[in-house]
Amino acid sequence: MNNFYNNSKKQAFREGFIDGFPIGLGYFAVAFSLGILARKANFDPLQGFINSLLNHASAGEYAVYTVASAAAGFLEMAIMTLVVNARYLLMSTALSQKFDEKTSMIHRILVGFTVTDELFAITIKRPGFINPMYNYGAFLIAAVCWSMGTSCGIVAGELMPASIVSALSVALYGMFLACIMPEARKHRIVAVLIGVSFILSYVANRMEFFKNISAGTKTIILTVVIASVAAILFPHPEVEDDD
Amino acid sequence: MMTNIYFYILVAAFVSTLIRVLPVTVFRKPISNRFVKSFLYYVPYVTLAVMTFPAIVDATQNKLAGILALLCGMVAAWLNQSLFRVASICCIVVFIAELILV
Repeated sequence: MNNFYNNSKKQAFREGFIDGFPIGLGYFAVAFSLGILARKANFDPLQGFINSLLNHASAGEYAVYTVASAAAGFLEMAIMTLVVNARYLLMSTALSQKFDEKTSMIHRILVGFTVTDELFAITIKRPGFINPMYNYGAFLIAAVCWSMGTSCGIVAGELMPASIVSALSVALYGMFLACIMPEARKHRIVAVLIGVSFILSYVANRMEFFKNISAGTKTIILTVVIASVAAILFPHPEVEDDD
Repeated sequence: MMTNIYFYILVAAFVSTLIRVLPVTVFRKPISNRFVKSFLYYVPYVTLAVMTFPAIVDATQNKLAGILALLCGMVAAWLNQSLFRVASICCIVVFIAELILV
C-alpha cells in the first residue's frame, strides 16, 4: 500500500510524538485559559488535571465547569456533554474507515479514546491505514500538555501576559489549516468546500438568528449539511486514493 | 462539593468516551455505499474549516491579527509546510501584528 504502513511501531510512536508536540504547545495555552475558568468554578488543580485527562475537549470541559458550578443535575451533565461533543461521533465514524480490518478491538477502543479535533486532523492527514502507535505518541504529549496547562491555569491564574496567550491561541487553527490545505491543492472540490465552509460558518456565527445554538451544535449541523450536499453533487470517485 | 465535582467529571468522561469509541468499534467493515463514502471523505475538511473560521479571528485580541494569521497560515499550508511550521507562523504573525496594533 505505502511505506508508512511498514514503519516499525517505535518509529510510528516517535512520529506521533513529534507531530503531537506543536499540538501540545497550543493545548497548553488553551488549557491555561480553561484553567482560569475552572478556578472560578472551585476546581482544584488535581480535579482540573483529571477532568482534562479524561475529557480532553475544550467545549466539553467548559460544560463541566458550567454545570458543576451551577450544581445542576447529572442528567443535564450527560446531555450537555453529548451535545457539545457530538462532532466526535462524526470524526470517529470517519476514522473507522481508515482502520485496517485486522486491527484489534483494544486498539480501536484506545484510538477512539484519543480522538480530539487536532489529533483527528493529523490522523486523517497520514496516508494509509491508521497506525495506533502514531496516535498514542501524539496523544501522550498532547494530553500531558493539555492537563498540565489546566492545572497551571488554576494555580497561576492570570500571570501569563495577554500577548503570549493571544499568540498561542491561534496555533490550533494553524494546525487545522495545515491539515486541510494540502488536500485542497490536490482536489479543487475540497478547496471550494473549504471556502463554502468558511462563509457559512461566518454567517452562522454572526447572525442573530443562530445565537442560541452552541458552537459545537453549529459545527455538527454545518458539517452534515455541507458534506451531504457535496456527497450528492460530487460523489468522490476515488475515495481510496491516498496518494 | 468535593466528591460532587468528581461525579460531574466522571459522568462527562463516560459520555464523551462513549461518543468517541462507539463508531470506531461498531463500523468495522469498509462502507460500500457511495454517498456515505463520499460524505465521510468530505467530513474532515468541512468540519475543520468550520471550526477554523471565524474562530481564529475571535481568538486574538485584535481581529486584524487573526485575519493575517489565517491568510499567512493558508498560504504556508498550501505550500505544504509542516504542521509545526504552519502553527508557528500563525503564532508569530499574531504576536508581531499585536505588538503594532494593540
